[in-house]
Amino acid sequence: MFYFIYKRLIQSVFVMLAVAFLAFSLFRFVGDPITQMTGVETSVVDQERLREELGLNDPFISQFGRFTVDMLQGDFGYSFRTRQPVAEMIASRIPATLELGVVALLISLVVGIPAGVYTALRPRGVITQTILITTLIGISIPTFVIGIMLIFLFGVQLGWLPTFGRGETVNIGFWESSFFSIDGWRALILPAVTLGVYQLTLTMRLVRAQMMDVMRSDYIRFATARGVPMRQLYFRHALANTMVPVITIIGLQFGGVIAFSIVTESVFQWPGMGLLFLESIRFVDIPVMGVYLVVIAFFFVVVNLLVDLLYVAIDPRLRV
Amino acid sequence: MKEFIKRSEGLWLFTRSPAVMIAAVIAILIFIGAAFAPWIASVNPYDLGSFSLMDGLLPPIWQEGGISQFMLGTDDQGRDMISSILYGARLSLLIGLSAMAIATVLGVGLGLAAGFYGGRFDAIIMRIADIQLALPAILTALLIDGIARGILPPEVQQDLRVVVLTLAIALSLWVNFARTARASTFVEMNKEYVQAAIIMGQGPIRIMFIHILPNILGPLLVIMTVDLASAILLEATLSFLGIGLAADSPSLGTLIRIGMQFMLSGEWWILWIPTLFLVALVVSINTLGDFMRDVFNPGLR
Amino acid sequence: MLTVENLTVRFPTRFGDTTAIENININVQAGEIHGLVGESGAGKSTVGAAVIGLLQTPGYIAEGSIMLGDTDLRALGVNQAHALRGKRISMIFQDPQTSLNPLMTVEDQLVETILAHEKMSADEARTRAIDLLEEIGIKNAAERIKSWPHQFSGGMRQRVVIALALCTNPELIIADEPTTALDVAVQSQVLDLIRSLADKRKIGFILITHDIGVIAQIADRVTVMRNGHVVESGETAQVLGRPKHAYTRALMSAVPPMDHKIDRFSVPTTEGIEGTSVSTGDLAEQWLLEEKGLSEGEQKELSIGLSIEALDVRFSGTRKSLWRKPEDFIALDKISFNVKPGSIMGLVGESGSGKSTVAKTITGLITPNSGTMMLGNEVLPAGKSRSRKHPSRRIIQMVFQDPYSSLNSRHKIGSILTEPLWFYGLEKDPAKRQELAASMLALVGMAPDAIDKYPHQFSGGQRQRIAVARALLARPRFLICDEPTSALDVSIQAEILNLLKDLQSKFGLTILFISHNLSVVRQMADDMVVLRNGVIEEAGKTEDLFERPQAEYTKKLLSLTPVMPKDWA
Repeated sequence: MFYFIYKRLIQSVFVMLAVAFLAFSLFRFVGDPITQMTGVETSVVDQERLREELGLNDPFISQFGRFTVDMLQGDFGYSFRTRQPVAEMIASRIPATLELGVVALLISLVVGIPAGVYTALRPRGVITQTILITTLIGISIPTFVIGIMLIFLFGVQLGWLPTFGRGETVNIGFWESSFFSIDGWRALILPAVTLGVYQLTLTMRLVRAQMMDVMRSDYIRFATARGVPMRQLYFRHALANTMVPVITIIGLQFGGVIAFSIVTESVFQWPGMGLLFLESIRFVDIPVMGVYLVVIAFFFVVVNLLVDLLYVAIDPRLRV
Repeated sequence: MKEFIKRSEGLWLFTRSPAVMIAAVIAILIFIGAAFAPWIASVNPYDLGSFSLMDGLLPPIWQEGGISQFMLGTDDQGRDMISSILYGARLSLLIGLSAMAIATVLGVGLGLAAGFYGGRFDAIIMRIADIQLALPAILTALLIDGIARGILPPEVQQDLRVVVLTLAIALSLWVNFARTARASTFVEMNKEYVQAAIIMGQGPIRIMFIHILPNILGPLLVIMTVDLASAILLEATLSFLGIGLAADSPSLGTLIRIGMQFMLSGEWWILWIPTLFLVALVVSINTLGDFMRDVFNPGLR
Repeated sequence: MLTVENLTVRFPTRFGDTTAIENININVQAGEIHGLVGESGAGKSTVGAAVIGLLQTPGYIAEGSIMLGDTDLRALGVNQAHALRGKRISMIFQDPQTSLNPLMTVEDQLVETILAHEKMSADEARTRAIDLLEEIGIKNAAERIKSWPHQFSGGMRQRVVIALALCTNPELIIADEPTTALDVAVQSQVLDLIRSLADKRKIGFILITHDIGVIAQIADRVTVMRNGHVVESGETAQVLGRPKHAYTRALMSAVPPMDHKIDRFSVPTTEGIEGTSVSTGDLAEQWLLEEKGLSEGEQKELSIGLSIEALDVRFSGTRKSLWRKPEDFIALDKISFNVKPGSIMGLVGESGSGKSTVAKTITGLITPNSGTMMLGNEVLPAGKSRSRKHPSRRIIQMVFQDPYSSLNSRHKIGSILTEPLWFYGLEKDPAKRQELAASMLALVGMAPDAIDKYPHQFSGGQRQRIAVARALLARPRFLICDEPTSALDVSIQAEILNLLKDLQSKFGLTILFISHNLSVVRQMADDMVVLRNGVIEEAGKTEDLFERPQAEYTKKLLSLTPVMPKDWA
């Protein structure tokens, strides 16, 4: 068991190093950082001095080493566009994106898992067919179109909910939260649903496929043959076994949530990391792009490590 | 005919599911419409001389003010919506299909090799896939796009838009193919026909492509369909974010982005008709993908 | 107790309804073990599934009655039927590896089942579960009950499965191939257990199996099925000892006897198209013999032997701990043996004994840690050091266990068969290759027009013939047969064994025949080696080994294998 976790840790570190390397290469090779940092008025001599000061003439490896060490110490460099420290820019945007992502993920799990279980157990019912058709359309509508439709319906036509921004937020230490005001919640609903719908359809289809697989397994047939009550059969035997593969994939899906949050944030002008990233792409603000990459990879790696731990908790075969 | 259909399980199921048949018809019609757009469309939306501002903002024919020359109305420039959509679908499908093709070749090649050789080679490929997974599709595509902006001189950028976009989408999709191909190859590697080929002394290329590949086509075909849908959606999304294609060569995504400006004014058709068209296309492809999955995996029926 | 009358089960398919079983009549008394025997496709599992009400969808009972005591099982509603399962009828499945829920402890599964049917407290249920496990032969049950299924060995797991089927005191247990996935020693323990449960607890068993030896050993009565119909039914000794029906007689004669050697099996059904195409097989026969322009007799001189010296194969174990290096798993521990030119060598062992590792090492799939192999007078390079063009790749050919996976299902038979011809450069002319392949099909007893078909259009036995043809088209001198008949029905097994014997004597092939089945090896092999956990327990002439086994292990194997009384069939 320790070995399993250890192996996963090593793999995570490897992924993080690779992404850091990618970010560093971006910074180093896409455009010249010096010309980006300085203006037209800086002389060539000054530029050369700055280059020397910043260590840009050092060997590649030692530059990468310094870059990594700086990152580990929380020093992420400065934005080309705003000249602000990137760390601050990103950190101020993290709460918005995380809150959006977590609520969306919760929607997708709370609705997706029961729907998946139901459609697997009653494969031929009218409700199942309706759900299946709905989810098929769900995965076929691009996230931004869902956003537009929701805005059009609930914002423009009905005027029930705000269509952009976070509404009123409450500061808890450095964390700017929408969770503590009605206005904040109202602003959160449409973006969270938009982001959640796609994940929801994926979760539902996955749970359904796994559950149907499990229902055909020998141990379920055997449990049926010994008259284990249906409720226990479904929820104690089948669901637990279904969740083993499902949680791994939900861990992988977290990446999708973050990615689609870029789209959602853009549609709803939600002031999160995704919006910042989009802006930085438009202005070729390489340091912000690079750090965003590293932060996303870090979240992804952490979530998947947690998933691995959960996996060990569910499956006794891994607890050696 | 009837006997012929019964002999193939796939065909037999196909004739018994009206939804799938409708989806197939829609998909085929859109493919044909897109492929022959220059011959079908009444105007060329890229050619500024072929339409006139005078015809701008005409509604579809069933609404008051609509005229039969423009069945689905026109946009603010006076472009025929049908023509725009056909040309847009042409571009969307071109990018989607090429991205899917590149992702297939890259992913299946690497996945087959990883499954065949196993060991260290497999570990390296899978670690690269891990990294790719940590950077999801949209992010990868955006990133490549951003890099292209940084590296390429501005005058080339416009010309290479389509190529960059296609590569970006392809690169974000290959992992699916690689993982599926690898998993299926592992299963096939344990089968005796592959061992027989290895024992004979046949070369790795022959074993991978002549022996294993035909046997793992089923699941790959499903992924190809589903990923074609993803690629089209991804292109639309990137164009919508204003990072994909520019307004003078509109894909379906660009059309929707342009249409957004008219959401609040009365010209609903400029936004919703392309949207409906895109969704119809993707729903059809996904329906076919689901159907194929069911055929190859009877347990899900 | 259980009375099944005129039972007919149908499955709707795209070709209309197909009848899986028809007019089945079976009667099981309390304490009786009723064997249900037949080859694949006979419908024996369908009978069991229909009785317990778990037919695979969309199958349905079209006609007939199933009475358990006074209860009409067909008249029960869904909930009543479910409440009855476990309470009065239970079931044992084939594979203990997959029939237990891997995420629940044995205790949870047992207690849950007991509480589903009896009004008692969880503690009482646990006590009963522990007593039951003790009774069934699990030592230290109070401790072991807290384990998860993966912590039990295969045989112990099947005991747990039986305990689960038994924990609510059902009247009837349907055992569907309960010992097929088990080794001989474990099989005999499980069979003894079933017999004693029937005797002591007066439980009726329906024992579904393809293995006539198992039936002969423990069944009181037997029903022989074929193609969904009952062929013959009655007392075991009467049905198997003095079969009335021709099919039963044919079946019995196809079962390889373990206590004596017979020359040839009298084949009950002719599945191939033997006789029709004898003349067209001549071309292939000539071709195989003409290599050096020799006649049949002289051909034997070309036979090549294989000797193996101190072959040692280790696999590095999977690492489980951060601190300990995994221990190597010793698959073969310095084994040596010698296959004489033109003879058949039998290699016998239970699962995990390393017998397949031997085949994989000889064919170069596995690189041994040490040891030498000699093919004739030449050293056979091991594993990766054997080049792709090494002549031994043609001289050694292999017939695999599973005919469903040994032929590439996406290639036509023609291209499967001509592959060795062009690959080894044996025949340059494509038209000649096709001709030879067709003729070779005739030689192995198949119609030559098979060449244009795909593997899925053939039955298991036919595919195995095709696999043999493919091996022969490489002009091999040494054939490795790895469990070539264990995936086949007995009647088909008899045909394939006959075919292999004929080919061996005609072309002077040397064969390494690997099998877990002692009686098959007795019929086939001149010499044999008994392998266990990578170590050779005993080696020698086959007849000597069977008549005068020396090693304890061999004696045990021989005594535990189910045999039929000598005077039967």
